[in-house]
Amino acid sequence: MSELPVSVGTAPVAPAIAGKSVARRSSTVALGLIVPILLLGLWWALVDWSGTMLIPTPKDVAIMMWDFTFGGVYDDAFSATLLMHLWASTRRVFMGFGLAAVSGVPLGLLLGRSALLRTLLDPLLSLLRPIPVTAWLPLAMIFFGLGSNSAVFLVFLGAFYPIMLNTVFGVRSVDVRLFEAAAMLGCTGTAQFRSVTLRGALPSIFNGLRLGLSFAWILIVVGEMTGVQLGLGAVIMDARTLSRTDLVITGMIFIGLAGFFCDRALVLINNRLMRWSPQHHV
Amino acid sequence: MSEQNIGAPRQNIDAPQRNGGASQQNIDAPQRAKVPALQLSGVSKVYQASNGPVEALSDINLTIPQGQFVCLLGASGCGKSSLLRMLAGFESLTAGSISTYGMPVQGPGPDRGMVFQDYGLFPWLTVLENIGFGPKHAGRSRREVREIAQKFVEMVGLGGFSDRYPGQLSGGMKQRVAIARVLANNGRILLMDEPFGALDALTRAKLQEELLTIWRETRLTVVFVTHSVEEAIFLADRVVVMSAGPGRIASDIEIDLPRPRDVSSVEFNVLRREITQGLSSHLAPQKLDTAMVNA
Repeated sequence: MSELPVSVGTAPVAPAIAGKSVARRSSTVALGLIVPILLLGLWWALVDWSGTMLIPTPKDVAIMMWDFTFGGVYDDAFSATLLMHLWASTRRVFMGFGLAAVSGVPLGLLLGRSALLRTLLDPLLSLLRPIPVTAWLPLAMIFFGLGSNSAVFLVFLGAFYPIMLNTVFGVRSVDVRLFEAAAMLGCTGTAQFRSVTLRGALPSIFNGLRLGLSFAWILIVVGEMTGVQLGLGAVIMDARTLSRTDLVITGMIFIGLAGFFCDRALVLINNRLMRWSPQHHV
Repeated sequence: MSEQNIGAPRQNIDAPQRNGGASQQNIDAPQRAKVPALQLSGVSKVYQASNGPVEALSDINLTIPQGQFVCLLGASGCGKSSLLRMLAGFESLTAGSISTYGMPVQGPGPDRGMVFQDYGLFPWLTVLENIGFGPKHAGRSRREVREIAQKFVEMVGLGGFSDRYPGQLSGGMKQRVAIARVLANNGRILLMDEPFGALDALTRAKLQEELLTIWRETRLTVVFVTHSVEEAIFLADRVVVMSAGPGRIASDIEIDLPRPRDVSSVEFNVLRREITQGLSSHLAPQKLDTAMVNA
């Protein structure tokens, strides 16, 4: 806040602010790491204590992650294949998510603005919504066959609803006063739709996109159960068949990381577009 | 706008106006001066409530000449805000007609700018962008928009806050932006719906003074809704007192005290007492109703 109106003397102020924010950020990261590290310790202790052979220790998983990424430890069919699988999954996630975004956002905008469309489509959409995406799997395999397309379809289904519903909500929660203000200033029709409806719904649309993208990463594993060769979900399914629990957990961790970094990227865009509202910053 | 008019006597409303507003060249000057800024005839409004129709306004007749500062004064529920919203074109009439400069009002338009009590600023636009919103959508070039916005941001004394967002401003500053936004749109009529109602007393007094200065400089027609007797007498050329159930005009009082007006002067307080008594006589039956409901 304080740096906003100051135009003279920002140069000496800037490094101080930057230094402070770096310090604050690293302390945030440190705080966020406490619980995961404790859980890791608990995991290790419990495996040691029970002597189970079914669950690997964090150390075994770490070795597996290294081998999966760089190879050189086990040198089997999975060694150094991370990039291949990651790329295959990311591509499907973004295809499904992209389809969901380009259909969910416009449909949400229309439904938000038109009472007639809402009456027309709401019963159908409300009826389809509670059906778990996984229940679509058999039908998806009939429609799209075994393979990549089924996975993309499931990801699309999973991401579509949060995106569309949040867009509808965003449009409907734009302050009526702002439409009056725009009309009174001579801004009507499509210009009003762009400058008020879309802008006002943007925070909510971004919420929907973030939710949609996280659902997309959740569903990619289910989607890749449909008999694809490549992909992190396929790796997990193969590892399960081979009883390689360390590889299962490795796959889980990489999906988690991929989902996390995708979300961060969206959050960065979100924070840039929502500069005007500290409450919409994540 | 026309700085040469700052000292002009305010009774001058019948004289040909300055040739402001590019939008009015189609009417020649002498004729334009005679057309009232706003003309309401037989305006009625009936709402459909759950327990049947409710008559909110009944047979309102009012002629507001160009350049006049009119206050609509009344207790809450008398329909003064509804009336203002009809002038703005936000609400439809059940009967009667409203015309502005001889043309019927059909929906909101840039010729009648509205200042809302809750500001109605676009939270995602900066102060400068909010003020430039009207000119931008009127198709002005980017440079023109910036020049206009800059001029009016200075006029309301917010030059140092051009790049702030509304969320970073105080209530008084937000209302200045809202006023500047309407002025930048080059309308001829300023409609204000209890604009200073949510502000603290000091800010309110300051903004009242500034509004009078702006009005003197721009010669706009102002319709100002308030429930404060003092505010109405301090600001207006003419106070239109409204009473409720159904809303109608109870009295129409010319205020010819010289400006700047002294709220502690004898003349001011005579007027204040007179209008307040008029208001409370309208209020009496309503108070009885509330008392009965509460009993």
